Amino acid sequence: MMQHLLSVDDLGGRAGIESMLDLTDSFLEVMQRDIPKVPALRGKTVVSLFYEDSTRTRLSFETAAKRLSADTMTFSVSNSSVNKGESLLDTVQTIDAMGVDAIVVRHAAAGAPHRVASWSSARVINAGDGCHEHPTQALLDAFTLRRHRGPSLDGCRIAIVGDVRHSRVARSNVKAFHALGCELTLVGPPTLMPERLDGWPVAVTSDLDHVLPDVDVVYLLRIQRERLGQALFPTLREYAARWGLSAERAARCKPDTLVMHPGPMNRGIEISGEVADSTRSLVTEQVGNGVAVRMAVLWALLGSGGPIV
Amino acid sequence: MSNGEVLIQGGRVLDATGERAADVRVVDGAIAEVGPALAPTTGATVLDAEGCVTTPGLVDIQVHFREPGREDSETIETGSRAAALGGCTAVVCMPNTDPPIDDAAVVQSVLDRARAVGLCDVRPAGCITKGRLGEELAPLGELYDLGVRVFTDDGDCVADALVMRHAFEYAAMLPGALLAQHAEDPALVRGGHMHEGAWSARLGIPGRPAVAESTIVARDLQLAKRTGGRYHVLHLSCAASAALVRAAKADGVRVTAECTPQHLVLTDEACAHFDPAFKMNPPLREQADVDALRTALVDGTIDAIATDHAPHTHESKDVPFEDAPPGMLGVETALAVVLTTLVEPGILTLAQAIGALSWRPARVVGLDAVGHGGPIAAGSPANLCVIDPAQTWSVDGARLASKSRNTPWDGWKLTGKVRHTIYRGLPTVRDNEPTR
Repeated sequence: MMQHLLSVDDLGGRAGIESMLDLTDSFLEVMQRDIPKVPALRGKTVVSLFYEDSTRTRLSFETAAKRLSADTMTFSVSNSSVNKGESLLDTVQTIDAMGVDAIVVRHAAAGAPHRVASWSSARVINAGDGCHEHPTQALLDAFTLRRHRGPSLDGCRIAIVGDVRHSRVARSNVKAFHALGCELTLVGPPTLMPERLDGWPVAVTSDLDHVLPDVDVVYLLRIQRERLGQALFPTLREYAARWGLSAERAARCKPDTLVMHPGPMNRGIEISGEVADSTRSLVTEQVGNGVAVRMAVLWALLGSGGPIV
Repeated sequence: MSNGEVLIQGGRVLDATGERAADVRVVDGAIAEVGPALAPTTGATVLDAEGCVTTPGLVDIQVHFREPGREDSETIETGSRAAALGGCTAVVCMPNTDPPIDDAAVVQSVLDRARAVGLCDVRPAGCITKGRLGEELAPLGELYDLGVRVFTDDGDCVADALVMRHAFEYAAMLPGALLAQHAEDPALVRGGHMHEGAWSARLGIPGRPAVAESTIVARDLQLAKRTGGRYHVLHLSCAASAALVRAAKADGVRVTAECTPQHLVLTDEACAHFDPAFKMNPPLREQADVDALRTALVDGTIDAIATDHAPHTHESKDVPFEDAPPGMLGVETALAVVLTTLVEPGILTLAQAIGALSWRPARVVGLDAVGHGGPIAAGSPANLCVIDPAQTWSVDGARLASKSRNTPWDGWKLTGKVRHTIYRGLPTVRDNEPTR
């Protein structure tokens, strides 16, 4: 029984991930109803505690909670007592004292949700912590891919391209895709690869063109512009030329190779607009599935265990 | 009332000259007699040492007592009491206080406060550079004249090679002075919070690579050789640095090194649950580094075990890992940790362990000249530690004498404890309890 979702590890390996994806199927069905809402979490309260800017993840969680009839509260840094110097511990204890059932945390420091879980009696969901993990992103990506390549993802070849070193999405996705039987290759400049890969079930290369003809999925990571001042790679132009998925490069993929991106995209850098809008691209579908996945996670953590209705 | 005599009765004595069964009679602050079956005079304070080992008082050459400036986390009084409970009769406190110890008045205030507390000798280290900014030399001569022998910007590395070179050259005129470096290149560790390795890559915590230490150590050893200056590596943490120091010693460079109990025992895996108790600079490293440090300690490359006792308030540590200040308590647990993890398994002999905790660090910083680190012989100042090697106990951070509780050993079951500590002839710890 999962207490918190802090890491993909908490899902319980392949069986746990697959049962969460199966549960997501049910909630995707709910979302397609005329009134896409069920009373499953009526009376429960879900708080979003976001210490970093986020539009899509926060909205996705809040939409998921509302469609389950939970009450939602948002605690974002810009309009809270955090600006008055309140510590994370005091903030969490304040929220906890209000009797909430789940806290969805995003924080710039790796492991912050683990600390929140140690301080609170609520269930904690990691919505992204530093460069550590973003487990619901991995679930929605696996769910999206399974709808196209499933039911089994065994042997599915995925290239994860870009700034893996600083990516919480990559850390969660490597765990989840590997658990589901995918074969993974990390692609990018050596300065953006993890410094050490002990225990990572991946191959690594800096040569995107070499891997493109063989892969079933190209998963592109966002290049964060704040990395530019850190001498990690020379210029965005050089990055785009070597690792950007241009239309010309995409044309060298197999006809059915899919393209994914966690958003928000830098069109013209890691992905060209043409590729982003092409039939290969699952980007919009990823966002839509995010709500269903988060409904499943909230329900798994807070639900009665009975039928969804 | 005591007549000024303290008799340590029933145990064995261990110092740099060897080990033997003997009692120790202390009169008026000095050792009066060492020999078997001594009888107390009337009115003497008798300290039972049956089954115990009497050693020279321990000497921790790297502690942070936070006074002046951060008395909410530690004071000279609470730190001295923790040190006494850890068997210490002398410590060297680091100058990264607020204000920093870069000025004669601050040195004097620390010395005055330590003397008033009177639980152990507290020798302030002075800054190498003004304000620990790494730019202009602190008044090394003025600080030296007040007794300062260790100069360091600890907490920060003197990154500018020219400043370090000039410090070496200038300090060469001050006999017995040494430059102690917190060897981490600030550019290579910028933004980092734990050892850069398999665990940091997995946890997504930005790393502080070992090469940030070894490149500074390599540079400083070259400068020390060129200038003839004395160099000391604070909390040496990685295999590459140990190899550099070993080679430099063979080459005749005037270098000494210390490492901490935590770097001898724990690895970066301790950070796997994001617990800030395991965060320090330099960071806990890998098993290969732990093994190399142990080898270097055994072969003499590493001279001393020092704790880098670094108290932080619970509020400042009870935050996400990346937001927490680096540092761990250590002065009260060092001996027991070393006995449990290194002596009991046979990695170090008891004499090697006590040597690294007492007479060797005393020699590094010149405290041997003022009666620390033994020998236990008639006429020597009575700075002693009586250890019960069989006593078992559990570490409880909240019950340590330090004002803070950020120990990495919380919950550890340890074997071996300081039973009595005698500082300048008087017990500061008696039967495991502080006397005041």
